[in-house]
Amino acid sequence: MPIIELRDVHKVYTMGTEKVHALNGVSLEIERGEYVAIMGSSGSGKSTLMNLIGCLDTPSSGSYHLNGIAVEQLDDTELAGIRNKEIGFVFQSFHLLPRTSALQNVELPLIYAGVTRSTRKERARHALERVGLADRMGHQPNELSGGQRQRVAVARALVNDPSILLADEPTGNLDSTTSEEIMRLFDELHQGGNTVILVTHEPDIANHAWRRIQLRDGKVLSDQPTDRVTVVHA
Amino acid sequence: MVFAENFRIAFSALQANKMRAILTTLGIIIGVAAVIAVVSIVQGLQFMATNVFEGVGATYMMILPKQDPQRSPGEVVHQVKLTWDDGKAIRSQVPGVRLITPVILGREQVKYRDRQHRPEALIGVNDDYQGVNNHTVDRGRFFSRIDLENRRKVAVVGPDVVEKLNLGSDPLGKEIYIGKYPATVIGVMEDKGQTLGQNLDDIVFIPFDSAVTLFGRSAGEQVQLRLQAESTDQVDAVRDGVTRVLRTRHHLAKGQADDFQVLIQDEILSQVTKFLSGVTAVIGGIVGIALLVGGIGIMNIMLVSVTERTREIGVRKAVGARRQDILVQFLIEAVTLSLVGGAIGLALGYGIGVLAAHLIPNWPPAHVPLWAVALAFGFSALVGIFFGIYPAGKAARLDPIEALRYE
Repeated sequence: MPIIELRDVHKVYTMGTEKVHALNGVSLEIERGEYVAIMGSSGSGKSTLMNLIGCLDTPSSGSYHLNGIAVEQLDDTELAGIRNKEIGFVFQSFHLLPRTSALQNVELPLIYAGVTRSTRKERARHALERVGLADRMGHQPNELSGGQRQRVAVARALVNDPSILLADEPTGNLDSTTSEEIMRLFDELHQGGNTVILVTHEPDIANHAWRRIQLRDGKVLSDQPTDRVTVVHA
Repeated sequence: MVFAENFRIAFSALQANKMRAILTTLGIIIGVAAVIAVVSIVQGLQFMATNVFEGVGATYMMILPKQDPQRSPGEVVHQVKLTWDDGKAIRSQVPGVRLITPVILGREQVKYRDRQHRPEALIGVNDDYQGVNNHTVDRGRFFSRIDLENRRKVAVVGPDVVEKLNLGSDPLGKEIYIGKYPATVIGVMEDKGQTLGQNLDDIVFIPFDSAVTLFGRSAGEQVQLRLQAESTDQVDAVRDGVTRVLRTRHHLAKGQADDFQVLIQDEILSQVTKFLSGVTAVIGGIVGIALLVGGIGIMNIMLVSVTERTREIGVRKAVGARRQDILVQFLIEAVTLSLVGGAIGLALGYGIGVLAAHLIPNWPPAHVPLWAVALAFGFSALVGIFFGIYPAGKAARLDPIEALRYE
């Protein structure tokens, strides 16, 4: 069973009096353990698709099954629960809480999951160790470099063992060296068995993935393995 | 969502903007401080009043001369009289009167050798006074009937007078001057402390007739009569009897209003209470306005806070916060804000009450009852919830996508 299954998904926004068709019948399946890049220029619908996959939004029509759950039928509170359990978000601008230590930032999803304090601390510590920040747990975001902040964000995404890691331009605010480091981290996580979905417009970043889905005008333009697969299989 | 976690979030959010938090809660601080200051002072008074009148008991009664308030303008003011002869008539004609004394209140300089002092009151009474007012001598003795009948020049003084006149450790038998009249100290009253702004220890008692001599004949025609009925059951009967006797003696025709008033302990107490509740009500209104203004301040700053932290809300929602989690978080922040204001106001108000009690002479000590503390915190919390619900609701309803995109 695919972990993500979209069937003829449409998303229509009303901007003033005009209707905008952000997604025009997208169907796709992503299996557990895949490493996928969703690409497209601005206005292609990739942000809308990411919001749908991330359960921040629901489709106007069509169906979306995440890990077997029919997401389009869920209400606001249930969506929050799904985001908490199934999705690990990594954002372009990190979105860490200011004046809050790395450890406490990573704990955040566990608080909403109702995990007890001691278990929370332990799991958050473990997640930070996985991203190589064992020595930075007490630091606040403004005491960390951009790369370290993004690592904290990745740890936060991982901490509740989600079905998918959903990264939106994860290197958009980083220099090229740091970008490489973060992408190596995603590669490692993928190798460790995580399902990783990158949303990006940078081909270099997308090439880390094994499968590339290209969007244009709210439709899937192409869906094929990346060079990486060719390289690996050659 | 763990409750404690919300408090931690609220405190760290407030700590990040300390000055703003303090300024925001100023309305609450002032409101609560005003409540507590007034309550502490009023309660002090009430406490005192209750103590005093419970001291004299429910059989206590006071008769005062009273001008007819209905008299027509231009009418020659007729001097209302109430004399000790009236009192004697009550004693002999009204059954159920256990003790009765006339009271003349005045002020006069007293002297002992080179020391001079002006006590708060110079009071002329008879031998029943001790029992009527439940105020007795500690050393020596009070006036006896023999003292009164023989017009002996004697005085009983309060402990403060002993100190002020430097009468030493054995004041009994010493000769003091009241105005230009000499008097021998025969007793020192017990320590009573201060009551309703009057120092009961700074009083000189002299026999009633001496007081008439000192203050003049007219003073003797405008006395107070104070009495104790034999039992509480007889209070109403005694009052009726007093009214009947006095109306006859004062030749009041049917339909003419009393030219005296009889106050019983309950009424005196209820008048004091009425006055104090009036003060409390007025201040309560002012405080209500202060709390309203304070609440609007909190709502305003919470709206600013929600806007400022739109992205934080987005992040929280993205990682799984439900609407109710966000709602509770911001509500707790608002309530914390107002409770902190309430706590500061409480401390400040109590400080003001204590200070006022110290600065105003003869003022009873400040007294803050537990209900006032509970009320202050309750109101603060209520203001926080009431004015926090709108901003918190706004935060909870934010669309996570919009919130994450917010710059």
